[in-house]
Amino acid sequence: MGRVKGLEEVSLKSSLSKFTCRNNQLAWLGLQQDGFENEIVAARQQYGAHRIGVLIGTSTAGILETEHAYQQKDPVTGRLPATFIPRGQYTQDAFSVAHFVRQYLELTGPAVVISTACSSSAKVFATASRYIEAGLCEAVVVGGVDSLCLTTLYGFAALQLTSPGPCRPCDATRDGLTLGEAAAFVLLEKSPRNGNSQTTALLGYGESSDAYHMSHPHPTGQGALLSMQASLDSSNLSTSDIDFIHLHGTATVANDQTEDRAVATMFQAHTPCSSTKGWTGHTLGAAGAVEVVLGDLCLQQGLLPGCLNTTNVDPSFSSHVLLENQERPIRYIMSNFFGFGGNNCTLILGKL
Amino acid sequence: MKVFVHGVGVLGPGIENWNSCRTLFKEQRPYDDSVTPVPMPSILPANERRRSSEIVHWSLGVAQEAVHNSQLSPKDMAAVFASSGGEVGILHKICESLASPMPIVSPTLFHQSVHNAAAGYWSIASNSQRPSTSLACYDSSFGGGLLEAATLLATGQEELVLFAAYDVPAPFPLSETRPLIAPFAMAFVLGKQALPISLSLLHITLLSESMAKAPTTMIHPSLESLRLGNPAARGLPLLHTIANNQTTSVFLDFLDNLQLQIDHQPCRPCPD
Repeated sequence: MGRVKGLEEVSLKSSLSKFTCRNNQLAWLGLQQDGFENEIVAARQQYGAHRIGVLIGTSTAGILETEHAYQQKDPVTGRLPATFIPRGQYTQDAFSVAHFVRQYLELTGPAVVISTACSSSAKVFATASRYIEAGLCEAVVVGGVDSLCLTTLYGFAALQLTSPGPCRPCDATRDGLTLGEAAAFVLLEKSPRNGNSQTTALLGYGESSDAYHMSHPHPTGQGALLSMQASLDSSNLSTSDIDFIHLHGTATVANDQTEDRAVATMFQAHTPCSSTKGWTGHTLGAAGAVEVVLGDLCLQQGLLPGCLNTTNVDPSFSSHVLLENQERPIRYIMSNFFGFGGNNCTLILGKL
Repeated sequence: MKVFVHGVGVLGPGIENWNSCRTLFKEQRPYDDSVTPVPMPSILPANERRRSSEIVHWSLGVAQEAVHNSQLSPKDMAAVFASSGGEVGILHKICESLASPMPIVSPTLFHQSVHNAAAGYWSIASNSQRPSTSLACYDSSFGGGLLEAATLLATGQEELVLFAAYDVPAPFPLSETRPLIAPFAMAFVLGKQALPISLSLLHITLLSESMAKAPTTMIHPSLESLRLGNPAARGLPLLHTIANNQTTSVFLDFLDNLQLQIDHQPCRPCPD
């Protein structure tokens, strides 16, 4: 389990203390990184706070607070603690994380939370892109925040999908996912400010539904293929343009197998692919934004990451799985995200 | 952004379906909210219907009705499911179980707990592989869903979108953190092009604070309480306008400082 150390100690500024919960503490910590706040200040000056949207993906928001509140129910009345009741809106509620980010960054444009399980914060990139195209915003703070809670720990264990050790995506003896927690944010803009030529661009996206099963992927990877094809169509790229496929690669037996089928059907063994879940764990609703940030680093630094912890690629796989890091310039990355409910999203990132 | 309404589904206290809603809003019958209908999403196979939650029944009930009224195939429709609380009943069961001396989460409850459970059941039941988005926006969830559906159409990504907004009261004690007055659900089939079946043309604009007007309310006190008492029922004034074929604008508050202006134009008189 990938736990962010010291998160409980993070204190939000006093005017936002009502938002205090593990999920928003994680969001706060994420917003402090890499000069992100300074970028937002500059963007606010350029576009106006009302022209910047906030779209965040999360699967469980601050549900940990509710789990704790139930443990502290009044034994006589059955009521939740009086301290929790007025804070449900700011902690447990699905929208609370976008509400918090919007207030913290002093933005006044449209805001929504998308919650489609493990594709949540990939889907926000698609929605943000449409917001900008439709003229609702000039820029959007896009992000994913998901924190550890008992529901997901016990839930994935009950589905026998968690590995006892660090996860090993695509390994012949992979035995499940490792839960992680993360917050990641990106400022998506119509065009680069200040003529920055080192910018990574969202070139396209694809979305689809499996229409098959609530928690098992379609066995032939049909839904994944639809999403991948739609992402190529929307970016006007073909399979031969893609330098690297960033797999959803959760290291569960079923996910990696069906994703391999889909990738091999589309790319045969031509294009290198790997999952970075060995490095980060599966951060669920935050995985989309986390892996976009990783994809940005890979593009800017010319890195193809290998599958950490994986020693023997499943011999039944036909795609070209990387075990070791490779360093060479790359131009286009395809990133896959699949969630419960058969919800698929594929993003294409590229260097401008 | 311009979208056509091809079909409507609605379910709430004293409102059994779109037809019953239209007669109510045309003041052809009095409002009696003492009876809350039981949703019947026959599109779900019987075994799935037994297993799935109350909110899945409410959302799929109205989705099925809107699709039926549009006479279009759900396989061609993207889906936008908007709900503030989502699977509150499942969340309650999980939290109860996690607070017990032997904490456990059943595999079935876990996969039913995701916010997009209803949308997942819908895609399976309707056999639609088109994109599906589930979102939450507290009291503005109806508006957030309408924006998502409208941008899907306005950007040319989709030709048809099923948009459902729904919320049900949480069980006690969770209900105390978010008291809702009653369950309510509504759905639209929306499209880019006018069709012979189209009821209305909506022109949707996002207004900033300085442009905002007074939000459109319901005149009937019980319906106004319902509008304010369930996030999905924020759509009632728009339904009222569609039912009465009015060429008018509906103003819908969005978050604390924005507003959606929805200019409504009837495509044809609603049949009586």
